[in-house]
Amino acid sequence: MTARPILKTLGHRLFQALLVGLAVGTLTFLLARLLPGDMAFRVAAGRYGYDNVTGSAADAVRLELGLDQPALMALGAWLWDLAQFDLGRSLISGEPVIAAIRHQLGHSADLAGSAILLSLLIGPPLGILAGLRPGGVLDRALLPFAAGLRALPQFVLGVLLIVLFAVGLGLLPAAGYGTMEHRLLPAITLALGLAAVSSRVARDATLAVTASPYYAFARTKGLPEGSAFLRHGLRNIGVPVTAYLGVQLVYLIEGVVVVESLFAWPGIGHALVHAIFARDVPMIQGTALVMALGFVLLNALVDLACFGIDPRRRKA
Amino acid sequence: MSPVSIPLKGRRMIPAPTAWARANRSRLLGAALLLGLAALGWLVPLLSDADPARQDLGRILMPPSAGEPLGTDHLGRSMLARLAAAIRLSLGFAAVGVVSAAVPGVLLGVLAGWRGGWLDRAAGVLSDAFLALPGLLLVLLLAALAPGSAWALYVGISLVLWVEYFRVVRATVRVAAASPQIEASRLLGFGPLYIFRRHLWPEIAPVVLTLASFGAASAILAVAALGFVSVGLRPPAAELGLMMTELLPYHEEAPWILFQPIAVVFLLVLSLNLLSGSRPR
Repeated sequence: MTARPILKTLGHRLFQALLVGLAVGTLTFLLARLLPGDMAFRVAAGRYGYDNVTGSAADAVRLELGLDQPALMALGAWLWDLAQFDLGRSLISGEPVIAAIRHQLGHSADLAGSAILLSLLIGPPLGILAGLRPGGVLDRALLPFAAGLRALPQFVLGVLLIVLFAVGLGLLPAAGYGTMEHRLLPAITLALGLAAVSSRVARDATLAVTASPYYAFARTKGLPEGSAFLRHGLRNIGVPVTAYLGVQLVYLIEGVVVVESLFAWPGIGHALVHAIFARDVPMIQGTALVMALGFVLLNALVDLACFGIDPRRRKA
Repeated sequence: MSPVSIPLKGRRMIPAPTAWARANRSRLLGAALLLGLAALGWLVPLLSDADPARQDLGRILMPPSAGEPLGTDHLGRSMLARLAAAIRLSLGFAAVGVVSAAVPGVLLGVLAGWRGGWLDRAAGVLSDAFLALPGLLLVLLLAALAPGSAWALYVGISLVLWVEYFRVVRATVRVAAASPQIEASRLLGFGPLYIFRRHLWPEIAPVVLTLASFGAASAILAVAALGFVSVGLRPPAAELGLMMTELLPYHEEAPWILFQPIAVVFLLVLSLNLLSGSRPR
């Protein structure tokens, strides 16, 4: 009995993953078909250089991409390849898309993980402190700060941080990849936006928990303030903060695209933007697919975490 | 997942007067800020004949002066005229995107929530598919479909935004449709149009307004983000994200120029967030 809601949720996410694959596959198929001019010649030019394009090179490309088939058949073949996780080769580098993505995904996961960790270290603790003293100095100071951060898009925040820390103070490298210092600015850029939201969620949750009857009872029965909070408060605050992490995943994924491009971080978002720029259709498909599937997977993990924190959800 | 609470007939929460006043004050502030920015956008071309595309390479990166109140950019173009054009562009995208997402979203939401059945299920699957895709990713893919085209951006933004309207309106209508008031109206012989106008729309309207201002903010952010990573509109369009990318290399010589588009994006989004009337989250 207890496993049923979990299975239902996971089934829903699996269904979403299928839909995402279908949507990304169809869109990139359209992309390949709708490009202006003869796609085969364009691709051949991108691969061999403009001076070396011949009719036979274009024909080879045409065959490889199935550009000569009728539209519906080609779409079927395209999606069938996708179903077998055959993402093809990059039109620019000739490298298998899977290999490129495996490499980039590591960098992106690295950045996103650091950002989430950092945001959890900044946001919820501040929010809980503010919520324990509603109307206090910290609470009032945090509100405009969070509102301001929400109104700053990630790339603006990134630009401001670069101008301040990398150029103004010269403390950190402005862009690139390699050392811990390179990681700091992009991770902070992503983390501040996430922390702005999670601090507000934690603050409201703290307020609700400390005003609740069970919390009042815990204190009335003689538990000291600290253990009442640890035993009865923290876990109940954890549920909305975790659930909101799911909502924020959208910001995270979108942020990865923009922030990686800004900081020249060799991740998957950067690769997607580059692929769009270069009309590298298999790379666009691969990166978009992996990001979208990653989004669904992370959502599923958030669901599981909520089940883990809150036993009530496992029943019902 | 949607953070919007569903107002239930009969036990609607009555906010404390102070919270109510504060929400209204922030809405007023947001509306004033937005009106000011819109006035800047539409009045500047009326009051001056500065062309946002006219270059003057003899006068690049000039500080603010009497002739150029906001200075000039790296190609000697008037920043005032460019910012005004960019505000018109952003607000135009936001308005068109929000309207073309809200109308089908609300209609579909009302039909799905009220009638249920296969339409409800089909629309539910469709909205699930869109929700599973991060919005910017969809806009990026459409932007790739037609590089530099405003149409692709606009279609992408509308496709991302309609889902919220659909989901929220559907949930609201489902609760309202089961209420005794609507049952009574129907039994008295009132038609669907009357029921929609008198029972459903009053429930939906405030939610739709909140969603609209949030949607406008995300539309502005999406256009700016795509411009910033150079896959949105193409130069010489005066677009806020694009302007930031173009001006970033000159942050040392002319920080005041770089900060102008940043400030405008910030104020636009802030005003819309305030206008939505919800507490910042």
